[in-house]
Amino acid sequence: MLGLTHYLVVAALLFALGLFAVVTRRNSVTILMGIELMLNAANINLVAFNKYAAPGAMQGQIFALIVITLAACEAAVGLALVLAAYRTLETVYVDEINIMKW
Amino acid sequence: MTHLAWVIPLLPLAAFTAIVFAGPRLPGRGAYVSIAGIVLAGVGGLIVLGEVIGGARADVTYTWAVLGARPITVGFVVDPLSAIMLAMVGVVASLITIYSVGYMAADPHYPRFFAYMSLFQFSMLFLVLADNFLFIYAGWELVGLCSYLLIGFWFERPAAARAALKAFVTTRVGDFSMMIGILIIFLHTGSLRFDEVFRSIQGGALTGPLLTAAAVLVFGGAVGKSAQVPLHTWLPDAMEGPTPVSALIHAATMVAAGVYLVARTYPLFLASPDHTALTVVAYIGGITAVVAATMGVVEDDIKRVLAYSTISQLGYMMLGLGVLGYTAGMFHLITHAFFKALLFLGAGSVIHAVATNNLKQMGGLARAMPWTTWTFIAGTLALTGIPPFAGFFSKDAILAAVFAHHPVLWAFGAAGAFLTSLYMGRLVWYAFAGSYRGGDPAAATASHAHAPHESPAVMVVPLAILAVFAVFLGWVGSETLGNPFGRFINFPGATAEPPAGTGAGLLVLSIAIAVAGWAAAGAIYVWRLVPSESLRRAAPWAYTLLVRRYYVDDLYAWVFLGVGGLVMRAAGLFDRYVIDGLVNLTGWLARQFGLGLRYVQTGREETYLLLVFLGVLVIVVVRLWW
Amino acid sequence: MSGEAVVFYLLAAVTLGSGAVIVTSGNIVHAAAALVPALLGVTGLYILLNAEFVAGIQVLIYAGAITVLILFAIMLTEGGTGLGGRQRNEQTAVGAAVAAAMAALLIAVAVRTNWAPPAAGATLPSYTPGAIGQSFLGRNILVFEGTSIVLLVSLMGAIMIARRED
Repeated sequence: MLGLTHYLVVAALLFALGLFAVVTRRNSVTILMGIELMLNAANINLVAFNKYAAPGAMQGQIFALIVITLAACEAAVGLALVLAAYRTLETVYVDEINIMKW
Repeated sequence: MTHLAWVIPLLPLAAFTAIVFAGPRLPGRGAYVSIAGIVLAGVGGLIVLGEVIGGARADVTYTWAVLGARPITVGFVVDPLSAIMLAMVGVVASLITIYSVGYMAADPHYPRFFAYMSLFQFSMLFLVLADNFLFIYAGWELVGLCSYLLIGFWFERPAAARAALKAFVTTRVGDFSMMIGILIIFLHTGSLRFDEVFRSIQGGALTGPLLTAAAVLVFGGAVGKSAQVPLHTWLPDAMEGPTPVSALIHAATMVAAGVYLVARTYPLFLASPDHTALTVVAYIGGITAVVAATMGVVEDDIKRVLAYSTISQLGYMMLGLGVLGYTAGMFHLITHAFFKALLFLGAGSVIHAVATNNLKQMGGLARAMPWTTWTFIAGTLALTGIPPFAGFFSKDAILAAVFAHHPVLWAFGAAGAFLTSLYMGRLVWYAFAGSYRGGDPAAATASHAHAPHESPAVMVVPLAILAVFAVFLGWVGSETLGNPFGRFINFPGATAEPPAGTGAGLLVLSIAIAVAGWAAAGAIYVWRLVPSESLRRAAPWAYTLLVRRYYVDDLYAWVFLGVGGLVMRAAGLFDRYVIDGLVNLTGWLARQFGLGLRYVQTGREETYLLLVFLGVLVIVVVRLWW
Repeated sequence: MSGEAVVFYLLAAVTLGSGAVIVTSGNIVHAAAALVPALLGVTGLYILLNAEFVAGIQVLIYAGAITVLILFAIMLTEGGTGLGGRQRNEQTAVGAAVAAAMAALLIAVAVRTNWAPPAAGATLPSYTPGAIGQSFLGRNILVFEGTSIVLLVSLMGAIMIARRED
């Protein structure tokens, strides 16, 4: 019998994967991909709660839609930044972008 | 005038200030200002003395501070004791300062000398007028400072610099003892003024062994300042200073301050049970008198012989005071000031002429320097106690007093008198008689011609004046004239008369001992009946002992520099490695900590991000399950 | 096991497996490619959760636009060759531990909490696009307008940032 917990577990695992990508990877585009994974995990949580805990209203889905929209904005701006950085600094690897470090 | 006596010390102080600020531009490059200061002070001192003889007294006091319930007062006292000291210091210092114009004429640091002399004169006069322990201690330290400055006047010479330091440090030991004594007195009597302290002691505020301890501790300061055994080692070395300095400070005035202190605080010593404190004073004085005289016999440096003589004579003064011979001790202080100053100035005249201190290189000066020679001989006769010169009266008074109380110490005194005549005879013979053994003319300085000649008038006239005092001053304290000195300066209860019937016998005996000493000097040095070399060969160990000053200097060097040095090195190691080590350890730990923590600040975003998530985890875990 | 459960586990496997590829692949193009099945898996999960409209939007925007955007970025930067340096930095171990811990924490919370059971027998309303639209223009209008402003701003911002300076 499928329950809320299943979805929450899947979301948790997906979140953890996204977290691992953000923290561990060197290429900034990959980091953005990890961020997307985390956002998706949050979305799954929202929709799952919507169905199982508060089915009367559709706030969860509304929330999820907004999150998707914002994720798109953020991806656009983020990738623009990556491109601008690449143009100036010649690199996309975050551990090579350290000109402010002594 | 008596009420204004406190102005007298300020005159040389004003001279000092003027010379410090404008020295080379003043008349006589500062000398005349200094002379004016001290001569005026001397005149003032004589006026005060006259008034005090006529019965005037003064005691001016101000409350300076209040410590809780105890007011600290400061002030001046004018009584016979301080008046006679004022007059003596004023007259002798004036003569010596005038003499210095001639002696120091070629010295490039001429103004500085007179500045220091004026400062010293101020300090000594200040000390003499003090009516409380605080002022007398302040004056004590001031004269000590001036002594340091003047001994080390030629500070470019390492020997002089060392001697100045030695004098200062050795007297410091005495000063420390004195300070503890003063503190004990202050603690128990609640005051520092002499008359209040003595009243309290009469009333029983401080008694018994503690009183004796306080008195002996205060005497400790006198032991240091007056170069008594065991703190006598600095005075011979202090002869590195210019001769006028030796005359003024280390013969006539500063070293007499210790005797003055004992006289001033006499009630303190009298109150000690069984006169224990006075016995200590007497024995130290007696031992010093003899020991110093023995060391004077083997010295070749003219000033050092006189230095040992000074130590010995100071011992006599302490001996006199210690056996209740208050008048005798003070009388000897006054006469000694004059004839010892005379002897030192005469020695200075000799040194000025032959450019050396070494007796073995002198000789035959009687023909070349008649004034110096005969004034010197007058001083010598006074010192050795030949009647009717001054020293005879004062020394005989002391010996009579000693015989009355401690016959054993009388033997010490008599031995010292014999030796005094012996070494002074030796000195006179080597310096003035015979023919000049001096170095070659090329070694003489440009100011001294090929042969020694008499010193200029500015140096000879003070010698002559002092010689007059040396010859005639003694009558002031003689019995035949009614002993006016004794009636002027005395302490009730401190009389020391020899047993009836022995007075005359003792007198003759004293004269005989002094003459015997001269005869011995003649036998050994003049007629060579018992040549000194044979004496030396007969008892080489005795000779070595004397030349090495009884190894006291070596003992002190071993204890303080040797053992003390070890302790200091150990303390230094401890400080450097343990204490510094601990401090450095703290610093090192902080640094290591920082070096480690440094890596948290990687400047890399991914690390920070990781730490953020780690933080979130930790917070949640802590919140949920703790 | 019901059909729903089978589908769920299948979709979960696809999503998580693709996610694993994304985060561990050495080839960035492979990672980007794996993004598609991951997002589509999530879409499937949405459908299982009766959120069809959200699923549609997910496909359109995520699997469509964002994936393409990412591919463009990869292409325009050096990752275009798919090669180039190591992909993992030196804090991999700690990062893995933190991620695992985070997952464990979340799963623990999810499993242990006693979620309130849904009202028994209540039927779910239909989440039609019309209803969602009504909601946007009714109850959630503020969020709707706010999001549109954010969209506008981010659009302008992205253009400005990525413009070539000349």
